[in-house]
Amino acid sequence: MERINSPQTLEEFRQAVISKRDPNQAVITICTGTGCHASGCHQVVAAFKKVLSEHPEGKRVNLRMTGCHGFCEKGPLVVLHPKKILYQKVKPENAQEIFEETVLKGEIIDSLLYAHPTTGEKIVHEDEVPFYKKQMRIIFGNNGSIDPASIEDYIAVGGYRALPKALLSMTPEAIIKEVKEANLRGRGGGGFPAGVKWESCRKAHGDTKHVICNADEGDPGAYMDRSLLEGNPHSVLEGMIIGAFAIGSHEGYVYVRNEYPLAVINIGIAIQQAKDLGLLGKNILGSGFDFDVKISRGGGAFVCGESSALVASVAGDVGEPRAKHIHLVESGLWDRPTNLNNVETWANVPVIILNGAKWYAGIGTEGSKGTKIFSLVGKVNNTGLVEVPMGITLREIVYEIGGGIPGGKKFKAVQTGGPSGGCIPESLIDLTVDFDRLTEAGSMMGSGGMIVMDESTCMVDVAKYFMNFLKDESCGKCTSCREGTKRMHEILTDISEGKGTIDQIDLLGELGWATAEASLCQLGGTASNPVLSTLRYFRKEYEDHILNKRCLAKVCRSLLTYRILSEACKMCGACAKACSADAIIGKKKSKKVEGIPYKIDAEKCIKCGMCFESCKFGAVEVQ
Amino acid sequence: MIPFVIDGQPVEGKEESNLLQVALDAGIEIPNLCYNESVKPYGACRLCLVEVVRNKRSRLTASCTYPVQPGIEVHTRTDKVLRARRMMMELLLAMCPGDQRLQEMAKEMGVKEVRFKKGDKDCILCGLCARVCDEVVGAHAIQFYSRGDRREMGAPFAGEAMNCIACGACVIVCPVNVIGMEEKADERTITRWKRTLKMKQCKVCGNTFAPWFQVENFREKANLPKDFFDVCYTCRS
Amino acid sequence: MNPSEIDTIIERYEARESAILAILQDIQAKEKYLPKEVLEQVGQRLHIPINKIYRIATFYRAFSLTPRGRHEVCVCLGTACHVRGAQRIVYQIGIELGIRQGETTKDRNFTLETVNCLGVCASGPILAVDGEYFGNMSPIKVEGVLKKFQPDPSDQKEASNGKD
Repeated sequence: MERINSPQTLEEFRQAVISKRDPNQAVITICTGTGCHASGCHQVVAAFKKVLSEHPEGKRVNLRMTGCHGFCEKGPLVVLHPKKILYQKVKPENAQEIFEETVLKGEIIDSLLYAHPTTGEKIVHEDEVPFYKKQMRIIFGNNGSIDPASIEDYIAVGGYRALPKALLSMTPEAIIKEVKEANLRGRGGGGFPAGVKWESCRKAHGDTKHVICNADEGDPGAYMDRSLLEGNPHSVLEGMIIGAFAIGSHEGYVYVRNEYPLAVINIGIAIQQAKDLGLLGKNILGSGFDFDVKISRGGGAFVCGESSALVASVAGDVGEPRAKHIHLVESGLWDRPTNLNNVETWANVPVIILNGAKWYAGIGTEGSKGTKIFSLVGKVNNTGLVEVPMGITLREIVYEIGGGIPGGKKFKAVQTGGPSGGCIPESLIDLTVDFDRLTEAGSMMGSGGMIVMDESTCMVDVAKYFMNFLKDESCGKCTSCREGTKRMHEILTDISEGKGTIDQIDLLGELGWATAEASLCQLGGTASNPVLSTLRYFRKEYEDHILNKRCLAKVCRSLLTYRILSEACKMCGACAKACSADAIIGKKKSKKVEGIPYKIDAEKCIKCGMCFESCKFGAVEVQ
Repeated sequence: MIPFVIDGQPVEGKEESNLLQVALDAGIEIPNLCYNESVKPYGACRLCLVEVVRNKRSRLTASCTYPVQPGIEVHTRTDKVLRARRMMMELLLAMCPGDQRLQEMAKEMGVKEVRFKKGDKDCILCGLCARVCDEVVGAHAIQFYSRGDRREMGAPFAGEAMNCIACGACVIVCPVNVIGMEEKADERTITRWKRTLKMKQCKVCGNTFAPWFQVENFREKANLPKDFFDVCYTCRS
Repeated sequence: MNPSEIDTIIERYEARESAILAILQDIQAKEKYLPKEVLEQVGQRLHIPINKIYRIATFYRAFSLTPRGRHEVCVCLGTACHVRGAQRIVYQIGIELGIRQGETTKDRNFTLETVNCLGVCASGPILAVDGEYFGNMSPIKVEGVLKKFQPDPSDQKEASNGKD
């Protein structure tokens, strides 16, 4: 590929790419995001490759591996263009039939279609599936159509149109003004207005400035940034170049978690391709602006998602945060003015520049503009990544997009904001999703993790889980965070084991308050949110664990008793075989032997639950 | 000089100095453990918390790491401040219940009970020893390792501190006195870092005055005549 | 690891002090752990004192100072997986292999790790062995998965020792 030196040449290149593509050509897109990877999408890809290579018509069909589509529950996903027919849970053996029937003859295979969970109605086109219908995929939408390792795919769908506009028809001040008016707030969790941050960085003293992309997505249960970086890395890169131009920075870094090897590879490919084409590096598009990006990998530390810890890590040190009375925009990486933004925030920039602040501000609520990508996971039917306009209600997300709770169970709460957030109960399910509304309810937007919980989730256990995570991930520097999370976890463990006392509830509150107030960074500063929010809305559960030594959700192992109902026991012996502690006695029934109903020795029982899992007759009772 | 107010009292601080130092200089007492003038402020113990009002917004913060700003109002003894400090003390006591200094400070602060399971540590993880070793002495013998509630202070690979020159600076600076130094015959031991070094004898008076390792270390770094370090300080003068 | 191998890795990053994390990651990937002598050499080459290198090596979970097992068994403890019972998978593996998180079996066949989110929430709970994902796990499926990675019957004696 030859280097592009002007906006005109870029447009010519774009037209050349588009003209080589027949809009009516059959394209088979297969999701190869990490979720589908676990469901075996690579075998599906291999199967299609084989079918296409063996059939004479196969040459006319384009096979494209894309990033994550978002509908992870129904993977592996295959979408057939141009009609956008969606097939879900595709197996390698379906490849032949899909090619011969649908691609060649236009016949739909019913069994592979998405079926509406209540009406049973089969839906053919991707756009009509309820999961996608209510979404507004202005950032994530292209994930389904492009091969992340192809810059041409990105350009063909309109990528790198914002870049020439920003670099050659706008001034840095105008760009900042646009981003400010759009009110783009940080998507990593802080919610700080990006335009304001850019402006402060631009004004800061210093010739060398840095822009950083924070891809250290650490919230357990959140994988939006991963899918964006893996599936559409150029969208993030384009945003960074525009931001760097606005701020006056020539050196950028993408800090990617160690646990995301595919993201590291794909952003690396994107950077190289952009460089080869002249969209990155010296004199971009003939504008005179130089900008280069390097990749920095994390080492497995959640705290490195905190901006000052991240910067320390890039500089080759431990990820220990520092007091931020002097902001990063004044003095950050190697004491230089540094602007740090989240992956999704950067991906919003080209969209704003291209369509204008007014259009962008028309989406969302008063205080929260634009869309947000959430990872909707847990006890919900349609697990996956969803992009919705700010202001949508939790009910719409959980029920209309998410398809409700599986197994007909009852909704209990939805956890937002990861370990820094809180649980929102059923009574608030009509809450609008908005930075400020979520904070008022005792939670926060966070990076976008949305964990749905049902009646079989124990809220004490949820608080304990988050506290265990935080105490592990704390850097350990300040007393309040290190000891505070440790002690909160200790108390929650006592409560979950039936050893808690009622005064410990108030102690949790006081400890939570002190940890939040006294800690140096926001890990400690928000560490008590999971505890305080579950206490606020589910106090009765805590009391039940303490006073009645009971876990109604049947999660806290020490409070459970396993019993075999002798009337229901079919004497098959499966439980005794599965028992990890040799605690089940009885005799297996066979043609020759009478059989004795099995019984659990309570003294030996370690409550692992294997008997419950192995019994096909429901004879094991858990209380 | 930057003017501001502490507890209603007007004070002044040099640019880039911190609130804690200005307060202490002005005779205002703020409890602290991990602060020492000889090294950069760290902000680990969280005892020196104060309330700072700036641009009409108030927040609780560690005074040792807060740079002086014009026009701020600092409050060192509000209910909120005292409540938070007490919890920090309680947490430290739960961690190191045997420390005498902690017990004394707790008494002064009004911390009467420890409502958490008592641990058995003695080091409060303030980092002063490592900070002095890195920033002042330059021996780089010890550092923090691991993270979170497994964080500890010690020598690399948890063995003998091979870069330690047994100068004793860490022993002096430790606020809870848990490092320990012993001198027996012609050897000095820094107990906690399991480091024993032979002391160098003065060519003139015959007394031992500094560990071999330390002397050799300085001899390399200092720009002085090579036999400067063969004589002890007393005899040199 | 011989000095020239270490040099190759260091030169890959132009011997920059700030690249210490990346250098250690490359060593970890090659050796499956960070040997003490290698760390000392890296420190000398980059002019970083060993106390800082040790601090970095013990701060980040990506690094191990003791040799890891042949197979890395990784249980996802992301919130979605947790809510679907991931903790019981860890517990069950503990019963099967006799090790806890971060530990390696005596026969050095398995190392048990937990991770805070693999990003495969739709198929949770997830068990990943050497990067191969096993979705929709339950405690009863653990034995079957682990069997795939047990050493040959010819090393049976070794394997049964590991269960202690």
